[in-house]
Amino acid sequence: MNFTYTIFILLLPFFSFLILGLAGKWLSHRTAGIFGTLVLGVVTVLSYFTAFEYFTADRVDGVFQTLVPYNFVWLPFFDGGLHFDLGIMLDPITVMMLIVISTVSLMVHIYSFGYMHGERGFQRYYAYLSLFTMSMLGLVMATNIFQMYMFWELVGVCSYLLIGFYYTQAPAVAASKKAFIVTRFADLGFLIGILFYGYYTGSFSFDFTNTAVYLNGAMPGVGADFSKAIAGAGFILPTALFLMFVGGAGKSAMFPLHIWLPDAMEGPTPVSALIHAATMVVAGVFQVARMFPLWIQYAPETLHIVAWIGAFTAFYAAAVACAQSDIKRVLAFSTISQIAFMMVALGVCLPEGGYTDNHASLGYMASMYHLFTHAMFKATLFLCAGCIIHAVHSNEMEFMGGMRKYMPITHITFLIACLAISGIPPFSGFFSKDEILVAAFHYSSAMGWIMTGIAAMTAFYMFRLYYGIFWGTENVEYHEHHTPHESPAVMTIPLILLTVITVTVGWILPGSFGSFVSATGEAYHIHLDWSVAGTSIVIAVIAIALATYIYSGVRQPIAEKMKATFPALHKWAYHRFYLDEVYQFVTHRIVFGIFSRSFAWFDRHVVDGFFNFLAWGTNAASYSIRTLQSGRVQQYAFVFLLGVLVLILMLII
Amino acid sequence: MITINCFLILSALMLFIGVYGFLTRRNTLAILISIELMLNAADLNFAAFNRMLFPEGQEGYFFTLFSVAISAAETAIAIAVMINVYRNLKNNFVENLDKLKW
Amino acid sequence: MNFLSLFVLIPLLMLLSLWLVKGTKGIRAVMVVGSSALLALSIYLTFAFLAERAAGNTAEMLYTASFTWFEPLHISYSVGVDGISVAMLLLSGVIVFTGTFVSWDMCKEYFLWFTLLSMGVFGFFISIDLFMMFMFYEIALIPMYLLIGVWGSGHKEYSAMKLTLMLMGASAFLMLGIFGIFYGAGGQTFNLLDIASHTGGATLIEFSQQCIWFPFVFVGFGVLGAMFPFHTWSPDGHASAPTAVSMLHAGVLMKLGGYGCFRVAIYLLPDAANELSWIFLILTGTGVVYGALSACVQTDLKYLNAYSSVSHCGMVLFAILMLTSTASTGAILQMLSHGLMTALFFAVIGMIYHRAHTRDIRELNGLMRIIPFLSVGFAIAGLANLGLPGLSGFVAEMTIFVGAFQNADLFHRVLTIAACTSIVVAAVYILRMVGKILYGTNVNPDHAKLHDAHWEERLAIIVLIACIAGIGLAPSWLSNMIDASVSPVMEQIQAVASTVSKSNPFL
Repeated sequence: MNFTYTIFILLLPFFSFLILGLAGKWLSHRTAGIFGTLVLGVVTVLSYFTAFEYFTADRVDGVFQTLVPYNFVWLPFFDGGLHFDLGIMLDPITVMMLIVISTVSLMVHIYSFGYMHGERGFQRYYAYLSLFTMSMLGLVMATNIFQMYMFWELVGVCSYLLIGFYYTQAPAVAASKKAFIVTRFADLGFLIGILFYGYYTGSFSFDFTNTAVYLNGAMPGVGADFSKAIAGAGFILPTALFLMFVGGAGKSAMFPLHIWLPDAMEGPTPVSALIHAATMVVAGVFQVARMFPLWIQYAPETLHIVAWIGAFTAFYAAAVACAQSDIKRVLAFSTISQIAFMMVALGVCLPEGGYTDNHASLGYMASMYHLFTHAMFKATLFLCAGCIIHAVHSNEMEFMGGMRKYMPITHITFLIACLAISGIPPFSGFFSKDEILVAAFHYSSAMGWIMTGIAAMTAFYMFRLYYGIFWGTENVEYHEHHTPHESPAVMTIPLILLTVITVTVGWILPGSFGSFVSATGEAYHIHLDWSVAGTSIVIAVIAIALATYIYSGVRQPIAEKMKATFPALHKWAYHRFYLDEVYQFVTHRIVFGIFSRSFAWFDRHVVDGFFNFLAWGTNAASYSIRTLQSGRVQQYAFVFLLGVLVLILMLII
Repeated sequence: MITINCFLILSALMLFIGVYGFLTRRNTLAILISIELMLNAADLNFAAFNRMLFPEGQEGYFFTLFSVAISAAETAIAIAVMINVYRNLKNNFVENLDKLKW
Repeated sequence: MNFLSLFVLIPLLMLLSLWLVKGTKGIRAVMVVGSSALLALSIYLTFAFLAERAAGNTAEMLYTASFTWFEPLHISYSVGVDGISVAMLLLSGVIVFTGTFVSWDMCKEYFLWFTLLSMGVFGFFISIDLFMMFMFYEIALIPMYLLIGVWGSGHKEYSAMKLTLMLMGASAFLMLGIFGIFYGAGGQTFNLLDIASHTGGATLIEFSQQCIWFPFVFVGFGVLGAMFPFHTWSPDGHASAPTAVSMLHAGVLMKLGGYGCFRVAIYLLPDAANELSWIFLILTGTGVVYGALSACVQTDLKYLNAYSSVSHCGMVLFAILMLTSTASTGAILQMLSHGLMTALFFAVIGMIYHRAHTRDIRELNGLMRIIPFLSVGFAIAGLANLGLPGLSGFVAEMTIFVGAFQNADLFHRVLTIAACTSIVVAAVYILRMVGKILYGTNVNPDHAKLHDAHWEERLAIIVLIACIAGIGLAPSWLSNMIDASVSPVMEQIQAVASTVSKSNPFL
């Protein structure tokens, strides 16, 4: 069993992209969609098979082996023993991500068949989806940080292309541009981090055994010199890791780099489900998890910064989510908040005992667990939102209300996903969120209570959304001439499948996730800490009750009153605390308005002006001396005569 | 007694009259005449030096004859040019002839 | 007869045949046959070169030949190629080939100058004699004046004059530098290899001499490589030039600058390079960021791309000055990559301009729906420009950054990080441009019925995209080939690299 077939997990979607991208023009919508979905189906089967084989293989010393079926030098660098490799690496989190990505991607492929039906550019859409899937799979299977960066950029471009899928609409174009540029800006940090890391450790590889030895100075001269290693271990490595985290914060929409994600909702809804909820946006979390051994060993203090950034982001996004009226934006902010939960979970891991202590590093497992469950229920939520938007032709809650009559399946799946994200047992979100809270309490009780409070806010805004869509005031006039209807089976089946996963994954195999994925690789048996779990359940139920009390009625006096009492707060939250405007000001007014414009002016007028001045000066000089060349023979002769006389005088004297 | 100095004074006078004429006259024909004066001043010197200093040789006379022949040819060309200038410009004043500098 | 000379003979034959043939068909036939032959020859050369290297021939230059041309001044016609020249010849082959198809409707005189320009370029890359190099450089410059001045658009006379004067001024510097090297090395030979290895009558150039001539040579070539602040000919020149000339100019001619800086300034004057590189690093580092930021506010497509070229070509010189093996390899890769993608960019911009009669970003809209093929070509050029993995820009930039990071002092670090920011700014200006002209909906009724690319235009675009993607997907053979030829230069540098630059106030 050597896992050589895993190469097809990458190659198949790539070929699918090539075929659909190049020949899509000559394929019918139906053929293109079925082709893309079938290929993805094969990829999913391969991923599941890989997972099965991997997790049933024997452990060595209680740890699943990290396998590298492929690795070759793609681009050699010639100094410092560095090289850019491409390859495939399998370890527990990679295999877990394979399942997440292929499952959600397959669901989205099927779902899009209904959602995107009849859209212009259907083939192009499937081509982009294939490319995205390939890139995302390549990202998680990367054997080294540079390969990760490469696919990281590729998913960024796919995200750009898919957000801007409706490229004739200005908001979509602006949103796609914004998403790409903000993440690119963050990736600058990632790149510089990689460069620092590579220079000081002499390797880009994820195989940290050498790095660790190397940085401790026990084995100098493996690939580079000893002094570099010493310099690297002290201050540089935490800096490099933090810079990489900046890249991760950009992709994972951590404050203050989150501003692109809400706008990214301009893309087709299945794309939001796949890229901006389940897979690409968790790349940052995955990256921190991937570098986790180094974080915990060399940069535990920096890891705490990650935790607090995560906590603040979680709070901020939850607060904004409470005031949004566009259902996809609510989901987007909820995604930001939930990803921040995962970051917090990674950040609260304690350095004592290094990464060899599963208990101290409980957050690692919790984070990955939450990543897994969140991907499933958030994809469900987005796909449900897609069904609703498909039915109502609007994103705004004011056009909805009372939808439960028209869309029973969507209603039930949405409700279950809401319960899951709110942390109500026995749905999957409860188990993963509970582990995060345990880890947070383990870190400090302040962090624990903050995260519990944010979990309550999550429950509140999710049920505000739920009631706003399915209960509450029905927009009767709008629905009369535009009766909503349940979506076709091709759209509801993925919903149901994802909901089944959400319902079952937590309790069918209680505590099993930790036996597959944990910080050390050794099995970790999840046992619920009922004091934490109890508190969080109670608080979540109270929050749901509060939301029910405020938003479930046909008329919502309390909501109106709250809005009237705190108009400023509502307005600020609705406008996302005006962060976008600040960015807009800084980039457009300052960077482009002042710097770029003055540089361009400087170039045209000063630099170019200097050369024009040189040319003008030469020209003017020649004009001024050309009167000597008057063309009058007599004048020449006179000068000649004078010259001769002077010469004669000189000869005589 | 006619010494060589007499010839030299005469030719110097001729030369400077020619120079003066060349620098001051506006009419190209007058300038041409001035040039001829200067040439003839030189020819006079050749003949005088030959006769007075090297009576056994003939080279000075020959050179004078060459010079006369060449100045005749030159005058022919110059006058042809002047006629054409006159046809084009309706005058032959030298200050109008500065087109070549452009 | 050495077969490298074919690179000069084929254009000569093309010139002769162009002079003789009549009619558009005949001209096209000559151009297609000739440029295909050049492309085929450069591909053959690449394979032959790789085979020879694989067979264990480790000579620095292969296929060398030398004929004395002017004995008293020791000028000889010497040719030879190493991995860098092979890469550059391949690039030139591709650009000349595609340039022919892009300028499909042009007249005979245009093609005459175009071919002469190609001859200069090919001749430059095969020469290993300093004087011949200089001569071919001049041959390549002169046709540019006429090509822009006669067949250009906009302020063509002004641009052509500016371009020619600035490059001529640079070549005056260059000539002084070359003579300085010649006499500094004993005045016995113009041969690059002899001067570098102190054989064939050449002696070591003294350090004080090197420090005098290095700026001359570097600026002389650097102007052609659009080095800040001598880059201002490039926006005007490119904006006014006809499409294929822009391609050839940005794609190949600007590479003469980078190649020359590396081959002459760094290789022959290593002590001075080590000592003085900091001055030029500051200039080129500024140019990288400055060009990128200036590109952000341009409204003319060609100006935008020209400023982007300033940024990318600045990166080439920047990487060369980092004086590490990786960075220099990256610089050559960046030359290739930039040559291909900027040629693609200029080709597509020219085609759009030809149809829409405007290059103003504000007047173009929603082209993706109207001319999808050209728009996709444009988008791919843009993505290559901003360094998308899988296309050539990524490979080159990453190699440069990794290489630049091998210099551990703060001065180099700060400059490298500053240069890294240019890739973010590149994303800004590319996406701004793509968003404005390709996306959205067209509102101009004149643009509603534009026709998409013709077959010859498609051919050119596809060939260029294939090359860009080819380098982007499988870079290691190229990278290895180039690095093997970079190492002799690096050996020169390493001999002196231990001495820290005394004049650098930042160290």
